[in-house]
Amino acid sequence: MSAIKKDVVIIGGGPAGLAAAVQLRKKGISDILILEREKQLGGILRQCIHDGFGLTRFKETLSGPEYSQRFSDEVEKLGIEYITEATVIDIASDKKVISASRKGLLEYDAKAIVLAMGCRERTRGAISIPGTRPSGVYNAGVAQSYINLHNTMVGKDVIILGSGDIGMIMARRLTLEGAKVKAVFEIQPYPSGLPRNIEQCLNDYGIPLYLSHTITKIKGHSRLEGITVAQVDRNLKPIPGTETDYSCDTLILSVGLIPENELSLAVSVELDNRTKGALVDENYQTNVEGIFAAGNVLHVHDLVDFVSLEAENLAEAVAEYINGVKLPECSINITTDANIGYTIPQRISGEKDFKLSMRVRKPFKNCEVKILQKDEVIKTVKLKKALPAEMLHIKLEKTQLKSLEDIKVVIA
Amino acid sequence: MIREYTCIICPNGCEIEASIEGTTILEIEGASCKRGREYVDQELRDPQRNIATSVAVEGGILPLASVRLTKPVPKTRIFDVINEIKKVKLTAPVSINQVIIKNILNLNTDVIATKNVSVSTSILASCDIL
Repeated sequence: MSAIKKDVVIIGGGPAGLAAAVQLRKKGISDILILEREKQLGGILRQCIHDGFGLTRFKETLSGPEYSQRFSDEVEKLGIEYITEATVIDIASDKKVISASRKGLLEYDAKAIVLAMGCRERTRGAISIPGTRPSGVYNAGVAQSYINLHNTMVGKDVIILGSGDIGMIMARRLTLEGAKVKAVFEIQPYPSGLPRNIEQCLNDYGIPLYLSHTITKIKGHSRLEGITVAQVDRNLKPIPGTETDYSCDTLILSVGLIPENELSLAVSVELDNRTKGALVDENYQTNVEGIFAAGNVLHVHDLVDFVSLEAENLAEAVAEYINGVKLPECSINITTDANIGYTIPQRISGEKDFKLSMRVRKPFKNCEVKILQKDEVIKTVKLKKALPAEMLHIKLEKTQLKSLEDIKVVIA
Repeated sequence: MIREYTCIICPNGCEIEASIEGTTILEIEGASCKRGREYVDQELRDPQRNIATSVAVEGGILPLASVRLTKPVPKTRIFDVINEIKKVKLTAPVSINQVIIKNILNLNTDVIATKNVSVSTSILASCDIL
């Protein structure tokens, strides 16, 4: 098998991959290939038919398919090569990408690889709900795909576990399609999705949200017949005696997303245990030279606008890399206190302005994010609120750095 | 009367506290832009929502074309609008921005397609194997 040479191979034709491709082309890189697993470009946005996308990126509110079509149209217009129904089965050393598609088994020899595979949903197995294994238990994204892509209704009498955004959006979608959504249960004492979705997807339709509750039993044989719900204590353990039974034929799980990094691991990309995505520097470069990552494969976003912006920033660095500009050594590590879940990037050079993306671990009100170097505060940002559901973005200029010492981000 | 709102206009989801008399805002706090006040004002007078759903398509590469409204409708009319949209069946091709129902139920808003669905040339067109 002789390898086909490419400047950049982008794995995944969703919002991150498409935005990276368009920006790379605009920066003068022409030898680009996008490999997409599905029949069409667009990724998860193809099934996100609700509106609310694009307010940051395009200053207007669009549905998911419209948002992704803007990028697909640009890809077509700029003549960027892509292959659909192409599964990347391996990334070998020396940046070789092996893909299986209708064109056969092909090997590409890339100067740079962009990881843009997105994320996948946590399943019932990942959260170990006891009980039988009837049909009628779906992940929220799977139910969304059935209804919005395949014209197949999933059930009539619905309970939702987890207050993630997709779960709440599906609560509304199922209600509009004639199902009865009885309740949403969330194990944490705070919602995991955006406040506006609680308002417009649950409150608008009178769907109750119970915090600090979880499912302790799933009942039914061929089809789901009901569930048992219990309140949980501070350690998220069910409190005996608080159990309530609900009948339902459908259970939708919206219990978190995990970056999809099987391919990254195959080529020894180092992952961050907190994000489950790659450890990257300010150029979105992983520990493997020439392999970059952006979007949900790097860390799970709440808004696609920020996925596009992140991929565009990545593209600037990849273009420099392809043009032979040596990217600076990044030896300043960024750490956090226990209240901040993580930061992206995790290390920087100090020679470039950069933007930190991060999430808090619990809700804060009227708080201050402080960025420190050797116990000295180099930047303070005041916030009215900080929620785990909302990613925070803080810009830092290189002139604000006092030294090449490590950086710590804290919130109080 | 003091009432709390979560603004749904943008993903910021500002928590707004408003002092209200009837349908008049006396005082408002927590909105980080002027659209927050507009939102509360509308919630008091006539709450409006945009909605999205899908319409069946025959002869296309996909069985459904997603649709949305060009302007929000009163919250109380959401299900009327959904039921009206359900009556529609399209034939491929469908293109983004194509008007599917003009001025639906005289609510001064159009239903438009939000997805391109091209004509399928496959004999398996009716099989949903996406």
